[in-house]
Amino acid sequence: MTSREDVPPELRGGRIGGAHRRVGIHDRLRGVTRFTADLKRPGMLHAKIVRSPHAHARIESIDASDALAMPGVAAVITGRDLPTPYGIIPWTRDETALAVEKALHVGDGVACVAAEDLATAEAAAREIRITWEPLPTLFDPEEALASEVKVNPHCKHGNLTKEVSLAFGDVDAALARAALVVEGEYRFAGTTHAALEPHCALADVDADGLLTVWSTTQVPHYLHRELARVLDRSSRTIRVIQPPLGGGFGGKSEPLDLELCVAKLALVTGRPVRLLYEREEVFYAHRGRHPMVMHHRAGFDAEGHILGVDARSILDGGAYASFGLVTTYYSGQLLCAPYAFPAYRFDSRRAYTNKPACGPKRGHGSVQPRFAMEVQLDKAAHALGIDPIELRRRNAMRADERTVNELQVGSNGFLDCLAAVEAASEWRARRGKLPFGRGLGVAGSTYISGTNYPIYPNDMPQSAVQVTLDRSGRARVFSGASDIGQGSDTLVAVIVAEELGLAIEDVRVLSADSDLCPVDLGAYSSRTTLMVGNACLDAARELAGRVRRSVARAWEIASNRVVLARGCAFDREEPRRAMVLAEAFQLAEAEHGLLSAAGSYRTPTDRHGSYRGGTIGASPAYSFTAHVAEVEVDVETGEVRVERIWCAHDCGRAISRRLVEGQIEGSTYMGVAEALFEEHVIDAAHGGLHAGPSLLDYRLPTAMDTPAIEAIVVEAPDARGPYGAKEAGEGPLHSSIPAVANAIFDAVGIRLDSLPFTPPRVLAAMGSGARREGIAARGSRAAQSTRATPRVSREVPRGGAS
Amino acid sequence: MPRPTLTLTTTLNDREVHVVVEPRTTLLELLRDQLDLVGTKSGCASGDCGACTVQVDGVPVLACLTLAARVDGCSVRTVEGLTGPRGRLLNIFVEHDAAQCGFCTPGLLMQVDHLLRVRPGPLGREEVRAALSGNLCRCTGYEKILDAVIDAATRASEGA
Repeated sequence: MTSREDVPPELRGGRIGGAHRRVGIHDRLRGVTRFTADLKRPGMLHAKIVRSPHAHARIESIDASDALAMPGVAAVITGRDLPTPYGIIPWTRDETALAVEKALHVGDGVACVAAEDLATAEAAAREIRITWEPLPTLFDPEEALASEVKVNPHCKHGNLTKEVSLAFGDVDAALARAALVVEGEYRFAGTTHAALEPHCALADVDADGLLTVWSTTQVPHYLHRELARVLDRSSRTIRVIQPPLGGGFGGKSEPLDLELCVAKLALVTGRPVRLLYEREEVFYAHRGRHPMVMHHRAGFDAEGHILGVDARSILDGGAYASFGLVTTYYSGQLLCAPYAFPAYRFDSRRAYTNKPACGPKRGHGSVQPRFAMEVQLDKAAHALGIDPIELRRRNAMRADERTVNELQVGSNGFLDCLAAVEAASEWRARRGKLPFGRGLGVAGSTYISGTNYPIYPNDMPQSAVQVTLDRSGRARVFSGASDIGQGSDTLVAVIVAEELGLAIEDVRVLSADSDLCPVDLGAYSSRTTLMVGNACLDAARELAGRVRRSVARAWEIASNRVVLARGCAFDREEPRRAMVLAEAFQLAEAEHGLLSAAGSYRTPTDRHGSYRGGTIGASPAYSFTAHVAEVEVDVETGEVRVERIWCAHDCGRAISRRLVEGQIEGSTYMGVAEALFEEHVIDAAHGGLHAGPSLLDYRLPTAMDTPAIEAIVVEAPDARGPYGAKEAGEGPLHSSIPAVANAIFDAVGIRLDSLPFTPPRVLAAMGSGARREGIAARGSRAAQSTRATPRVSREVPRGGAS
Repeated sequence: MPRPTLTLTTTLNDREVHVVVEPRTTLLELLRDQLDLVGTKSGCASGDCGACTVQVDGVPVLACLTLAARVDGCSVRTVEGLTGPRGRLLNIFVEHDAAQCGFCTPGLLMQVDHLLRVRPGPLGREEVRAALSGNLCRCTGYEKILDAVIDAATRASEGA
C-alpha cells in the first residue's frame, strides 16, 4: 500500500490539517436543521414528568384518577410501570426510570403524564396526588458515609458507591526523604454542563412494532441497550436516532428518565410522545462534575523533582452511581502524567447523597485532582525558588514512557506546550514584573484519547463505519459516531475524502442512527477522533485499494502508481494521465461489484498494568496541555478577571485545524467559567433545592466575562492515532483552572484552594493578612526562596533527608 | 370551554401572515409550534440565554418573553428571514467556524444583524463583546464569533 508520504505533494489531497467547512453547518445556521425538539410527528402527544419536592421521601400512594379524568390526557405511568433498574455502568444499576419506592433527591421523577398538548400535560401533572413520608436527608458526603440512613436502596455498601485505593512505589519513604513536602486541602464545587439545548426525547411505534426513539443523547448505543433492558424488549425492535445535537459536554451521556418515559408512553398509547425538559429539569437531571474534597501531599527534592504524591479524595456523588465507578478511578488514575515520579498513592471514595446525581463533565473525574496537583506544584516552585515552568519542565515525562501506575504513554508534546505558552505570554520578560494585582500563572495536564476498555465488557470493536462508493463519484459513510457539535461528522468526511481523493462535499455522512449505522460507543472520553478516525482509515484505504487496482489494470501499470487525489485518479509517474473519480469508481464497481467496505477499530490491550483497576485510565494515546493565565485582581472588590489565557495543546495531529482550535477555546472558556463563576449548589438549608436552576443564577460567562483565549496547536503525532491524531475536546480544559489559581497567587499572594474564586473568597483571603504576603511575594527570587514558612500556603520545608 | 383567541396580522420575514393565537401564546410558541419556524431556538424560556432572539420592527427581542399578541401589526424577522444581502453574515460565520453545535447561533445572528445596521463601520472587540452579552454560547468561548462579527463589520464598511 502506498502511504500518503510517498505521494508527490502536488498530488496529495492536502486536507489533513486544513481549515474545513463543517459538515451541515450552513443548515444549522439557516435554522433548517431539525434538532430533537424541532421534530414533530402526526398525532404527537406531549409528556410531563411529576417530580419530587422532597430530597428523600417514601411514596405512600399515588392517585392519578383526577389527572386521567381530564379531557386530553392519554396516559399516566409511574415507577411501577418501569421497575427494572438500569445504569450506564453494568456493575451499578441503581436507578429506575421513575421512583418506585422512594424519591432520592428533589427533582427525582415520580410519574409521567402524556396529553394532547403540553398545557394539558402540565395541568394534569399538577392533579396527580402523591402522599409522602419524608425520610432523613443526607447532603454531606462524609456524613453520608458515616450514616445508617441509606440513600440508594441498590447500593451494596451503605452509602459508598466505590472506594479505590492504589499504591505504586513507597510513598511514605519518598515523603520522608523529601526536602519539601507540600500539603493542602482542595475543594472543587460541583459544576454542570448547561448545554444550550435542553434534553428532549421523542418516541413512536410503527405498525410492525418497531419502537423508534429520537433523543438528544451523546451515547445512542448505550441508550439502545438500556431501553431494551428497561422495556424488556429485544433491541432488534428498537431504533435509536440521535438528531443533530445542541451541545453535550457529558450531560447527555447516559439514559435518563425522559427517554424511558416517552418510549413506555408510546407503547402504552400507540401514539408518538415527546418530552422536552424545562431548563430547571436540566439542572436537576445534572450528571455534572462531582464536588470533591482532595487532600494532597507531595514531596520534592531541593531541585524541585517530585518524589512522591499522596492523594485522598471524597467525591460527592448524589443519589445515583451514574459513571461514578469510573469517576472514582479517574480521580486518581489520571494524575501520573505529564510528570514522572516514582511513588504514588491514592484513595478515593464516592458517597451517595440526596442530591441530583453527578457524572461525567468534560474532563471526567480528572479536572478536580488536576487543580489540586497543579496548585501543589506552584506552591513547591514558590517555596523552592524555582520558576514554575522550569519546575514542570524538570518533572516532565518523556515520550513512550510508562507512568508510575503503568499506563503506557506514546507521543508526548508536553515540553513543546510549556515552551509555547511561555513564549506567547512573554513569561520570562513579564512574570514578576507586573504591578500588584496583576499576575501570571501556569499549569499543565494530560488526558486520554478514549479508553481501551468499553463500559460493558465485550471483545467487539469500539468503533466501526461502512463506506460505500457510488458511480456518481461520491462516498457515503454510515457512522455510529455522535456529532454533538464537536464536529465528528466533519472529521469523518475529511478522512474519507483524503483517502479517496474526493472533495469533502462529495462525502455524505449519515450518523448516529441504529438502523442505518454500525455501533459506535458514543461521544465521551474524547474517543471519537482516534477511534472513529481509525475506523474510517480502515474502510477508506480498503476501497481506495480496490479502485487503484482497477484503474491500474485499465492503464496496464502497477497499482502503486495510481494515486487518488483532487477528484481524479492519477498515474504518479505520468501525472498527466488522469481519470475523474466517477469513472474510476465505475471501473472498480464493474470489476468488484458494489464498492462497499466496513472499517473498524480495536483498542490495544497491552498498554496498562495488570493490577485490578489498571485498565481504567488506559488509552491508546494521551494528549498534553499547558495553560498560562493572566489575571487582574481588584483588591477592593475581590473580583478576579482573567484578562488573557494562552493554551497550548498537543493533539497529535490537527486533522481539522479550526475544529481543534475551537475545542481548545471552548474547553478553556469552560475551565475559566468553573474557576471564577460556576457552582452547582444544592441547598441543604432549603431541603435540597437547587440554589439557582436557571441560566441566570447558574452563572455562565457572557462574551464580556470571557477572556481573550489564544489557542496554540502543538503536534506530537502518535503512532496509534489516525495521521497521528489524539484528542482535543477535553484535555484543554484541565489546566486552565489551576493556571488561574496560580495567577491569582502571583497577582496578590493569596492561595484560594476552594473553587470557584468568588469575590467573597478573594476578600476573605486578602483580609487574613495575605495582602502583605502578596507584596512580599513580589520580591526577588532570592527573597522568595529564603522565606521558610510562607503564611498563606501550607508548605512544610524540611532540612534535607531525614 | 373553548379558550379565548386573538387574530393577528404580522409581516413575517417580509410576508404578511394572519394567525390565530391564545392571549397567553408567546412569540416563540407562535413561531415554533404554530408556524413550524424552528430556526428560532428555545434554550431556557425565561429570557436568560438569548437563543430565541428575533427582530420585531428591526429590534432584537427575546421571543420567549414576548407575547404573540404584541406583534400584531409589526414586522417580525427570524433567522429564516436572513436571506439575500443579510445572508452574507451566515457565510462569514461559516468561514470563521463561528458555530460548533449551532444551537445559539440563530439568535446570535439576529443580534449581530441588528448590530451591523445600527452601528456601521469597523467594530472593536470589546464593543462586540458588549453587544453580544445577551447571547450565551456554551461551545466556542466566543473567540471565533468575535472574529466573524468583526470581519463582517469590516467587510460591510468596505462595501465588500
